[in-house]
Amino acid sequence: MNHEPEVLAVAQAPPTAQPAADETSIATRARQQARRRRLLVYAARAATLLLVVGGWQLLTSWKVIDPFFFGQPSGIVARLRGWVEHGTSYGSLWLQVWITMKEALLGFAYGVAGGIVFGVLLGQVRFLADVLGPYIKAMNAVPRIVLGSIFVVWLGLGTASKVLLAAVLVFFVVFFNAFQGVREVDRNLVANARVLGASRFQVVRNVVLPSALTWIIASLHVAFGFSIIGAIVGEFLGAQKGLGLVIATAQNNFDPNGVFGAMLIIAILALTAEWLIGRLERRLLSWRPPALIEAGAI
Amino acid sequence: MHRSGREHAGIELARVTKRFLTPAGTAFTALRDVDLAVEPGQFCAVVGPTGCGKSTTLTLVAGLDRPSAGAVRVGGQVVDGITGGTGFVFQADALLPWKTVLANVAMGPIFHGAPKRAAQADAREWLRVVGLAGFEDHHPHQLSGGMRKRVSLAAALINEPSILLMDEPFGALDVQTKAIMSNELLGLWDQTRPSVIFVTHDLEEAIALADRVVVMTVGPGTVKAVYDIDLPRPRGAVQEIRFEPRFLELHQQIWESLREEVERAYARTAPPALAKGERS
Repeated sequence: MNHEPEVLAVAQAPPTAQPAADETSIATRARQQARRRRLLVYAARAATLLLVVGGWQLLTSWKVIDPFFFGQPSGIVARLRGWVEHGTSYGSLWLQVWITMKEALLGFAYGVAGGIVFGVLLGQVRFLADVLGPYIKAMNAVPRIVLGSIFVVWLGLGTASKVLLAAVLVFFVVFFNAFQGVREVDRNLVANARVLGASRFQVVRNVVLPSALTWIIASLHVAFGFSIIGAIVGEFLGAQKGLGLVIATAQNNFDPNGVFGAMLIIAILALTAEWLIGRLERRLLSWRPPALIEAGAI
Repeated sequence: MHRSGREHAGIELARVTKRFLTPAGTAFTALRDVDLAVEPGQFCAVVGPTGCGKSTTLTLVAGLDRPSAGAVRVGGQVVDGITGGTGFVFQADALLPWKTVLANVAMGPIFHGAPKRAAQADAREWLRVVGLAGFEDHHPHQLSGGMRKRVSLAAALINEPSILLMDEPFGALDVQTKAIMSNELLGLWDQTRPSVIFVTHDLEEAIALADRVVVMTVGPGTVKAVYDIDLPRPRGAVQEIRFEPRFLELHQQIWESLREEVERAYARTAPPALAKGERS
């Protein structure tokens, strides 16, 4: 038994020790390997998609699973085409997309702004944090989706109630991250800035905010998802237009294809937003060592 | 460039006591009745074992914290709020990782209201002085430990401080880099002659650099002994001065005093059996 590793080592030695393996050919080989691996990943992704969608289509057309409940890919495509060509029952598809996006984006903007302002404020002013902390935790514990019903009562069926619901959902995510980010600021950095002559405002602007930015931006990915949830659920609870209303209608008509079709549209919108936030992140955090950025990109 | 207003300010601590509240709710005395004087333009090194309140002393002088009792005076005035005209070099880098080297150095003048362009020209000049011309647009993480230390020095000196506080500034550097940086520090100090408090646990470094070495007792920190270092200036390379007979003599003397404290500090932190074994 003791012999085996040695034999293996001898058998493997010659290929690596060959004089032909100079720097450039090693580099070329490494590049080729990386490329091959990338192609393999893409191929496997395509195969996975084909397997799931194709399996779904086949199983429903063979009636192994009931298309009445589970929909059918071909049916979803047909429904989407119908919406694009003839519009939904509430006007053109683009109008519904635009309304929902407007609500989500506005809610996102208000929620992020509020979250950052309050997060930094409470992170900086210990007294405020101690006083308001328990209440904020209590509000966070409330299932805030239910607030949507109240907002519809207050603000009516228009976009305002959805914007508010989205903003409330976004606020807490961003707030807690901003607060934590401010608390985690390196005390040496703050002390150094103060000794160098920085005023309180200059400390916040030059040290605290940039330092907390890593945390805040990390929260934006989750926050945008929440803003879409807020807009859709708000429309569910009562609206005159929007993708949430389209889904609710499809549900009432026992039309799973309609539900899945709208879901697909929302997923595409969310992925686009996610990509944009990723771009913003890389831009704002370009000072970080490259290894960190790449790790974040996965 | 006369922001300090306390040209060649001396530093004086009179019966300074500093207590902290521990998380358990008890009071912890970090410093007790510390009397310490640094004359204007003097280079004073403070040595002592870990946890003897050396760093606390610096934060009190800088005005980052207030003494519980006693008074800290800089240039004759009682410290109340951030001490003007102070430079502070921390053991860990206090550079902002998201700013370029140039922006980091330019921070001091900008905080004092200098126009950005002037501050940057000033910063460029200081980077040249510390030998980092050409690295203006790098970010701190792209530099080596020694280079980052130079940036920290430039950032602290650009305000032309009348007092310079250094908290184990070269503690994280390797031996060779540390020697080089010590020489450069002496050169820079000689140009503007601020009063310096240099905290270190390295006695050789303290003697090689300072005019006066203060030995502190293990917590609560008090001043145990003060030694004037009569080695002539300019001292030349700090690596070589270590072999001078007078250096060795001083080292021997101060080490006698310091060793007791180091052993007491060690006995506190090490498990009893080990500490006893060490002594026998």
